[in-house]
Amino acid sequence: MLFGIPLLSLIIWLPILFGVVVFATGGDRNAQLARWTALTGSILGFLVAIPLYTGFDPSTSAMQFVENHAWFERFNVNYHIGADGISMPLILLNCFMTPLVVIAGWQVIQERVSQYMGAFMMMSGIVNGVFASLDAVLFYVFWEASLIPMFLIIGIWGGPNRVYAAIKFFLYTLLGSLLMLIAFIYLYQLSGGSFSIADYHQLPIPFNAQILIFVAFLLAFAVKVPMWPVHTWLPDAHVEAPTGGSVILAAIMLKLGGYGFLRFSLPIVPDASHYLAEMMIVLSLIAVVYIGLIALMQADMKKLIAYSSIAHMGFVTLGFFLFNAYGIEGAMVQMISHGFISGAMFLCVGVLYDRLHSRQIADYGGVVNRMPVFAAFFMLFAMANAGLPGTSGFVGEFMVIMGSVKVNFWYAFLAATTLIFGAAYTLWMYKRVIFGSVASPAVEVLQDISKREFMILAILAVMVLWLGVYPFPLTEVMHATVDNLLDHVSNSKL
Amino acid sequence: MNFLSPDFSPAYSEIFILLMVCLIMLIDLAIGEKRRYITYGLTQATLIGCAVLTFVSFSEETKFTFSGMFVDDAMADILKLMVFATVSAVLIYSYTYVRDRGILTGEFFSLILFATLGMMVMISASHFLTLYIGLELLSLSLYALVALRRDSLVATEAAMKFFVLGALASGFLLYGMSMVYGATGSLHIQKVAEAIVNGVGNHEVLVVGLVFIVAGLAFKLSAAPFHMWAPDVYQGAPTAITLFIGSAPKLAAFAFVMRLLIDGLGELVADWQGMLVILAVLSMAVGNIAAIVQTNIKRMLAYSTISHMGFMILGFISADWNGYSSALFYVITYVLMTLGIFALIMILCRSGFEAEEISDFKGLSKRNAWYAFMAMILMFSLAGIPPMVGFYAKLAVLQAVVNAGFIWVAVAAVLFSLIGAFYYLRIVKFMYFDVPETNDPITVKFDVKLLISANGLAILLLGIFPQSLMGLSLYAIQNSM
Repeated sequence: MLFGIPLLSLIIWLPILFGVVVFATGGDRNAQLARWTALTGSILGFLVAIPLYTGFDPSTSAMQFVENHAWFERFNVNYHIGADGISMPLILLNCFMTPLVVIAGWQVIQERVSQYMGAFMMMSGIVNGVFASLDAVLFYVFWEASLIPMFLIIGIWGGPNRVYAAIKFFLYTLLGSLLMLIAFIYLYQLSGGSFSIADYHQLPIPFNAQILIFVAFLLAFAVKVPMWPVHTWLPDAHVEAPTGGSVILAAIMLKLGGYGFLRFSLPIVPDASHYLAEMMIVLSLIAVVYIGLIALMQADMKKLIAYSSIAHMGFVTLGFFLFNAYGIEGAMVQMISHGFISGAMFLCVGVLYDRLHSRQIADYGGVVNRMPVFAAFFMLFAMANAGLPGTSGFVGEFMVIMGSVKVNFWYAFLAATTLIFGAAYTLWMYKRVIFGSVASPAVEVLQDISKREFMILAILAVMVLWLGVYPFPLTEVMHATVDNLLDHVSNSKL
Repeated sequence: MNFLSPDFSPAYSEIFILLMVCLIMLIDLAIGEKRRYITYGLTQATLIGCAVLTFVSFSEETKFTFSGMFVDDAMADILKLMVFATVSAVLIYSYTYVRDRGILTGEFFSLILFATLGMMVMISASHFLTLYIGLELLSLSLYALVALRRDSLVATEAAMKFFVLGALASGFLLYGMSMVYGATGSLHIQKVAEAIVNGVGNHEVLVVGLVFIVAGLAFKLSAAPFHMWAPDVYQGAPTAITLFIGSAPKLAAFAFVMRLLIDGLGELVADWQGMLVILAVLSMAVGNIAAIVQTNIKRMLAYSTISHMGFMILGFISADWNGYSSALFYVITYVLMTLGIFALIMILCRSGFEAEEISDFKGLSKRNAWYAFMAMILMFSLAGIPPMVGFYAKLAVLQAVVNAGFIWVAVAAVLFSLIGAFYYLRIVKFMYFDVPETNDPITVKFDVKLLISANGLAILLLGIFPQSLMGLSLYAIQNSM
């Protein structure tokens, strides 16, 4: 609560409300009005989220800013929201990215502007709802609801193969979440009629049931993360989505899966998590190494970044299942930093795509000659993607590698190969696109980035460098929560 | 000889509708084609009158009359009010459609009212014969309604199929009832239940009777493997009639299952539970898989109905108030969604053009953003995606199923609804991702516009605040058991 205002509710519902208003501006005659309304809404959405950080007490692992109201009594479901050290940074990340996405779509989107902007605003509020929910049904409602705007964004404004990508995205994620719903209902019965996530954390569960629940959760979250081998929807969705859609997908939606592991899998079924940890680590390492190699071979820039996202998210899941503070905090830092970096990378590809309407690496070359400022930004983000020390990409990966050394040297060894593969695929792509002689007449006439584009990339660059040099403000807030989580997970619930 | 007049008060609304429908038939003879709106107005007034009568006499206590053949309890009143609202909405939605196709005749209204009366009798039956009479009154009116367009070959064929298969199902039911009568010596639902509890009658005979009754019920519910009539009838009947068949009778069918299976043969739960599981899973499998390949929207919705009825049946297998109220909640939301989607199909029809194919939805969002939005809400609701009310219906049923220990049935149910999500998404795809094939303006009368907006928004709002409807379903069931 802040001045008597329910802060978290405001963070969730303000963007959704603005989304409705933006929809209401109607057809493309009012496009400019829709854009400005969306920008106002998204900036307001970010501003109201700031007190979440300033008012946050990092010394406790308890839920803060809690609101709890009865929602529907028939199944004892409550509108129960709150934030802790895990969800708070993710909410901030989401509120931070929304204005950037709105600005990024300012000129590119000329058709059905109000629907585009409205969908992103709704998306923002819904995702905040996912992170803030402390009730399983509320969580599930937000979780699934987030599919609808993304489905439309990919399907309406996407590339040539958008219909396939949109439906694949939707069905894939729905498959995972439906089994999670069954797990929730089972837990509801087991706990004697409660959908409260906190109750589930304390609930003793027999081992076999734990395994089944873990698998149900795993399907839901692994699809979202995405982990190998259920990652195949991601390259399709990314390639076909408009730039803004790709940014939100990579920066925010993938984090929903990671968040799910921390909020559900680990604390609710700790024994199963320990039992299956090796499997999870192996799957994560496959994502890191094998998907890294796949990324190397991509001819399409967006696809390359999509695969690199999967590899980076492999680090996140690896960190979770090491069960030490380095691992989990590193994974959290990696999630936030990947949000900035992958968002920035997709925006950079978007900048090129808007000019040349091609994502093929082969169509570019020598871009630095015509777009020096852009090349500098792209350089920074490429380096961050490769995990260069001094950028945020390094911090998370380094912490996770540290964590894995403690568990098993070979885990750390394999994980560390990402520093080679990551550098290889990112920098090789960078070299082919940016350096060399000017490849074609189309590249010859390229214009450097506009002020608008400069502003977006500059903001992201600041964040990437800041977190790279001084990640303390981020690790500080999650410390208590992560410690508490580790403590909780180390106790058997049989 | 003493003649005792029965207490008519629980059946006032039935008596009222019967008198009115006779009156309307007479009046309609006197007025011409041009003034058919008078008949329409009178029909609507009749429904409102029935609703008022039911509402005023509403009480929590259960009242029997006509020597216990007729019952008036909370569930009956609530279901009847729903039926009146649904039929009234059906009439509003279909007026233009029916008028443009030259079937706006007096028979249309009187048949719909007779069907409504049939549903009311079914809902209030507490005797096998009353149930059967109500069912036949409904069914015969529906057969005639399907064939209302005499010059249409498909409609006639559909009516014929509907009639033959429906008669067969009625035969099944009657045969099953006679077996139960043979075993227990009574046709009163309460007395049958008592007899079974007391162990009167041969269990084998009862179970054979039960098999026939369940088969008959499955026919009427269009549950697989007794579903084959539904796609043909849905496709062949004029859309307005399909809308009618697909909506209000489902409410009556719910009552039918409650009265017959739960109130009457509830003691045989161990025997019918397994049958219902098979029916439900088969219906969800057949409905969802067959719907994928359909190109005709009405046929696709028929298969979708089959799968939804399967889901609704799941609510019964837990055999407790929790499951029944979930099934009731499911059927109410289903009727709400069916109303909306068929209304949208009729909006897309123009005189001389039938919107029959799924591709007729192409580019709807460009032709009219509001109706496309309504259709999208309906599609996501049918697919069970929150925050639409369809999700809570599925949640309610699933929790009852898991509660009863049928976790694997619940898993099967969600996997089939995943398959189902595909064809609902495909319609969203047509509406939002494709370009329109025609740019004909969509003209809609004001009352339809208003009602369809209310209908769509209700699905969204009930999804955000589901407690009211859930509470109502729970209230209806708990006060009738």
